[in-house]
Amino acid sequence: MTARVIVAGLALAVMGGIAFGAPSIMSDYFMRIILIIALNSIFVLSLSLSNGFTGVFSLGHVGFIGAGAYISGILSLTVQQKQSLLPHLPDLLNWFSLPFLPATLVAGLFTALLAVIVGYPLMRLSGYFVSVATMGFLIIVNVVLINASNFTRGARTFTGVPLDTTLPWVFGWLAVTVFVLWRLVYSPFGRRMKAVRDDTVAASAVGIDVLKTRLLAFVIGAFFAGVGGSLYAHYLGSFSPVTFYFAMTMNLIAMLVLGGMGSLSGAIIGVICVSILSELLRSVERGFTIGDITVPALYGASQIVLGFIFILIMIFRPKGIMGEREFTLGFSGSSAKSNLKQGKVK
Amino acid sequence: MSGFEYILQQVINAVSLGSLYALVAVGLSIVFGVLKLTNFAHGDVMMVGAFTTVLLIGVGVPFIPALFGGIIASAIAGFLIERIAYRPVRNAPDVTRLLTSLAVTYILENVGILIFTSSPHNFPLPDSLNESWQLMGGAITFTNINILTLALTLLSLVGLGWFITKTTLGLGMRAASEDMSAAQLVGLDVNRLIVVAFIVASAFAGLAGVLWAAQAGVVQPQMGFTPLLKAFVAAIIGGFGSISGALVGGFMLGALEILIVAFLPDAITPYRDAIVFSLLIAFLLFRPGGLMQPNREIKL
Repeated sequence: MTARVIVAGLALAVMGGIAFGAPSIMSDYFMRIILIIALNSIFVLSLSLSNGFTGVFSLGHVGFIGAGAYISGILSLTVQQKQSLLPHLPDLLNWFSLPFLPATLVAGLFTALLAVIVGYPLMRLSGYFVSVATMGFLIIVNVVLINASNFTRGARTFTGVPLDTTLPWVFGWLAVTVFVLWRLVYSPFGRRMKAVRDDTVAASAVGIDVLKTRLLAFVIGAFFAGVGGSLYAHYLGSFSPVTFYFAMTMNLIAMLVLGGMGSLSGAIIGVICVSILSELLRSVERGFTIGDITVPALYGASQIVLGFIFILIMIFRPKGIMGEREFTLGFSGSSAKSNLKQGKVK
Repeated sequence: MSGFEYILQQVINAVSLGSLYALVAVGLSIVFGVLKLTNFAHGDVMMVGAFTTVLLIGVGVPFIPALFGGIIASAIAGFLIERIAYRPVRNAPDVTRLLTSLAVTYILENVGILIFTSSPHNFPLPDSLNESWQLMGGAITFTNINILTLALTLLSLVGLGWFITKTTLGLGMRAASEDMSAAQLVGLDVNRLIVVAFIVASAFAGLAGVLWAAQAGVVQPQMGFTPLLKAFVAAIIGGFGSISGALVGGFMLGALEILIVAFLPDAITPYRDAIVFSLLIAFLLFRPGGLMQPNREIKL
C-alpha cells in the first residue's frame, strides 16, 4: 500500500509540476503535445475498462466521446451564442449556460446513461459480434449528430465552445480517472471483470453475473469517455461529427493495443509511444532535405508506418508492451501473483 | 407519373443497389465462413480493383478487359493480405485477428491516399455504358451500367454456385467453413482452401469495387468504406458465413434502403443509415444466425 502511495504521490507531483510550473518554460508546441497525451490517456484508459479488462471489444467508444463533447458543448455556450448558432434549440436548454466543471459532469452522467441503454442489450454479445454491433452504434451516433441539426448544427462545425481546457484541468481529471480505475481493476470487481474476459462460461459457473459485470465496466468507461469528450470539446473550441468517427477510433485502439490491453500503466505508455511516434512521423511526412537529397511530402506515410507497427505487434507481441503487468518503479505490483507471493491471498 | 411506374422505378433501383450489396456481402461471408474473421480490409480490396481499372482505362484498355484487370488485381491483393498479415495470426484470439484486419485497412487506405490523394477522381466510364433507357414515356429510367451490373452479378453468382457445389476445391471450401478441424481430419489441405477462399472473395470485392465506382462515377481511397459497412449488415441479416444468406441479405438491404428513401416521409429519410444499423443490432441480438441459419445460437 505504501509503495503505491509513493508512486501515486510521485506521479501527482510530476503532473502538478508540469501543469503549474512548465507553461513559463516550455514551448507552446510541447505543452500542446503533453495536453493531448493526457487527454488521450483519459480516452484510452476509459476504453481499456471494457476492451481490455472485460474482454468486450467495443468499436463504439468514440460514440460516447462524441456524445460527451456535444452535450458539454451545448451546455457551455453562452445564451447569446445559443440564439445565433442554435436558434432551434428547445426552450428547456436555451436560457442558461453552465460553467466548465458542471457541464463536464453532466456530459459524463448523460453519456453513462446512454451506455446503460446501449449496453443493456449489447453486452449479451461476445467476440466479433459485440464489435460489429458497437460499430453500428458508432455509425448511429454519427448519423444522429449529422441530422439532429437543431442541437448540433448538423455536419457544419459546432463552434463557440469556450476554451477552458488547460493542463491542470486535464491532469486533474486524468488523476481522478486513474484513481477510480485503479481501485476498480484491482478489487474483487476487477477480478470478476478479468474472470469474465478469460473464461465466460467458467465465470458464470462460479456465480458471476456476466451481463452485470460487463455492463458496469462499459458504463463506467463511458462516463470517463463523456468527461474526456467534454474536455476535448473545450480544448478544440470547434468540432464536427466527423471528428468523432473511425479515424479517432482507430487511433485510440492502436494506443491501447500497443501499450497492452490488461494494464492501466500500459494504456498510458501506449498513448505516449503512439503520440510521440506520430509527431515524429508527421514531421518526416511534410518532407525534408538532407544535404542534396530532398524527400518530398508524403501524406499518409505516417499512418502506413503506424499500421505496419500495429500488425507487427499483433503478430509478435499481441499483448502489447506491458501485457498484464503494471509499471510500479520496482515496488510491489498489484497483480494476483505478487499478492500470492506476499501472502496477502491465501 | 403514375403510382405503378414510380413503384417499378423503385424496384429497379432496389435491384441495382441490392446486387452491389450482395456482391460485397458474398465476399465477406466467404472469408467469415472459412476463417471466422470479420475482414475489414474487404472494402479496401474493392478500392484496389477500382483504381486498377481506372488506371487501365487510362492507358487505353477497353472497359471489359480493364474490369477483369481490376478483378485480378483485387485477387492478388487478397492473396497477399492473407499471406502477409492474416496467416501469422490465424490461431490468435478473435480480437487479435479483428485488429489485424483493421490495421490492414488502415495501411491500404493510406497507401491509396499516398498514391492518389484523398480527393475523388473521375471514373472514365465509356459513353456506351452511360447511355440511358427510357421506358413508358420516360417514367422509368435506367442506364446500361445498371444492366451490366445486374448481369455481371447474376453471372458471377451462378459461377460461384457452380464452383462451391461442383468442384473439389469449392466443396472443400464449404467443408472447411462447416468444420475446419473435421476438414483437416479427412485430409483436406486447409491452408490451400483458405488461400482459395481469399482469392475468390477478393475477386468478388474487385468486381463489386469496379461496378460501385462505375455507378458512382468516382473513385477515391476511402470508397470501400460505406459498401463494407452495408455489406456487414447484409451478411448478418442473411446469416454471417452463409453465401446464400449474403445474397438474400444484400438484396433485402437494397430493397429496404430504397423503401426508406422512396416511401417514408422526408423527415425520416436522412436517418436511413441509423435505421439500417439498428436493424443490424436487432439481428445480432434476436437472430444472430440471420435469416438463413435460424437455429444457430451465439451465447455469452
